[in-house]
Amino acid sequence: MNLYGVRAIYNFEMARMRRTLMQSVASPVISTSLYFVVFGSAIGSRMGDINNISYGAFIIPGLVMLSLLMQSISNASFGIYMPKFSGTIYEVLSAPVSYVEVVLGYVGAAATKSVILGVIILLTARLFVDYDVLHPFWMFAFLVLTAITFSLFGFIIGIWADGFEKLQIIPLMIVTPLVFLGGTFYSIDMLPEVWQTVSLFNPVVYLISGFRWAFYGVSDVHVGISVGMTLLFLTACMVGVWWIFKTGYRLRS
Amino acid sequence: MGIIAAEAKLSKSAPVVRKYRALIHHQQDKPVQPDISVKHLNKVYADGFRALKDINLDIERGEIFALLGPNGAGKTTLISIICGIANISSGEVKAAGYDIVKDYRKARESIGLVPQELHTDSFETVWGAVSFSRGLFGKPPAPEHIEKVLKDLSLWDKRNSRIMSLSGGMKRRLMIAKALSHEPQILFLDEPTAGVDVELRRDMWEMVRKLRENGVTIILTTHYIEEAEEMADRIGVIRQGEIILVEDKAQLMSKLGKKELRLHLQQPLETIPGQLALEPVELSKDGYELIYTFDSQQEQAGVARLLRTLGDLDIEYRDIQTRESSLEEIFVGLVNE
Ligand SMILES: Nc1ncnc2c1ncn2[C@@H]1O[C@H](COP(=O)(O)OP(=O)(O)O)[C@@H](O)[C@H]1O
Ligand SMILES: [Mg+2]
Repeated sequence: MNLYGVRAIYNFEMARMRRTLMQSVASPVISTSLYFVVFGSAIGSRMGDINNISYGAFIIPGLVMLSLLMQSISNASFGIYMPKFSGTIYEVLSAPVSYVEVVLGYVGAAATKSVILGVIILLTARLFVDYDVLHPFWMFAFLVLTAITFSLFGFIIGIWADGFEKLQIIPLMIVTPLVFLGGTFYSIDMLPEVWQTVSLFNPVVYLISGFRWAFYGVSDVHVGISVGMTLLFLTACMVGVWWIFKTGYRLRS
Repeated sequence: MGIIAAEAKLSKSAPVVRKYRALIHHQQDKPVQPDISVKHLNKVYADGFRALKDINLDIERGEIFALLGPNGAGKTTLISIICGIANISSGEVKAAGYDIVKDYRKARESIGLVPQELHTDSFETVWGAVSFSRGLFGKPPAPEHIEKVLKDLSLWDKRNSRIMSLSGGMKRRLMIAKALSHEPQILFLDEPTAGVDVELRRDMWEMVRKLRENGVTIILTTHYIEEAEEMADRIGVIRQGEIILVEDKAQLMSKLGKKELRLHLQQPLETIPGQLALEPVELSKDGYELIYTFDSQQEQAGVARLLRTLGDLDIEYRDIQTRESSLEEIFVGLVNE
């Protein structure tokens, strides 16, 4: 195992985050705060409790998930896209690092950033809403697993993308709608039956549901299913990354 | 002797020369294995383009090998494959004795690469970038080594500068520093002096010689012949994905080079005397110079015959010069074949 190599990539990526601190931390924190102001305080005060949880508290897990998904994807996709774009990837390709090590470095750093960010957002939320975490261990487990899964997903996007538009398009066109329709702002069983069924095809529903369960002990789907689905996505992304490295897809000509 | 004849000779003798070399290797060279060994290497790019065709090449430890060839010949492709940046289509490559696919870690640890293009991270500092490279190649931190590399490359003063503030020449030095950060046994320099000013070029040649003294094997590609001529122990010529020749530089020069004999005459001649009509002789415009071109592989009999004839004709000369053709001329002859 080339631990120095993993560390080099990891530290390089973390340094990149420090350089872009404003972008990496400030902007998600600001946008999340705006959600709390608008949905939590302004609108939320006129909304009834859902499952005995105040509306402001209800939306916290979903909002954290929203940032977590977006940040994981953008951190990881940029992390690998930039060296590809600038050509510095040659060095990683010519280095004695296995693909597991490359992934550990890039995805590890991206996931670390997202987890840090998730925690920061949770702390920010505390300024607006009072909430408790019923199952801190599971809350953190969901946070970490989701960060890893979607960092892997972002890594795949970063390798697939051959232009900056493509980098943006998936988070914007797919992930954002999935998160908004995934029960961030409502409970799935508030929907008409047909849409409840449709929602079950939305992977984000399972993430948010499980995450919310960790906070408040209530969920749209059983938490076991949430954990299972999260692990399933994780596995799918790992297989995707494995395939990329095995075939050299878009990395080695 | 005309260029065409020389080439015909060359293309026939090259495989023989190669075989001969192989023979020497088996008999005389001790079990020292080559640092780079390429066997039946083919490269077909995704678009179906055959960039390398059955490349066979051994590069010995500690030598400076120049891979010479026109643009698009496949130099960068060959280097990229050896360094792990491009995939092999078929064939086998070993670096420092390790298969570059099966034993990629050991193979790559021993290689440093300075790519043709300047690829750098703008925001990183010089020190950070070089330290990163060392770590990436699996070596524990060694500030003293990095300091030495930076000083050798006149980058020490810039160690805390961001890369984007460096000039082109400094960036090129930085690429070299990165390649040397992990103390590689084999160094690839892909067109190191393309677009580089004279001073940096001298520095680089100096550095390459120092590295060689320390036993580093150096492979450089270039399409500047003077570079190969100045630096290399051995020269390989690649053209359209095929290695058409591998030779010791000195032997290449003597075997393939044409020599020119210039006779400065006491009295100008109007025409070439009839007795010399069959010899490859030319007369300069002013009539003061007879130029005799011959293949240096040939016996010197032609020269003796020429001089004797001149003596018989009472043509007096006050000076004789001989000149070997430069690698450039040889090279142009080869690639235009
Ligand atoms: N990724 C690629 N896909 C297809 N063809 C390529 C690729 N890279 C290089 N080539 C082609 O392979 C040939 C050799 O290129 P290269 O190795 O860069 O030559 P050199 O370094 O000798 O100038 C060229 O014709 C080039 O167009
Ligand atoms: Mg090239």
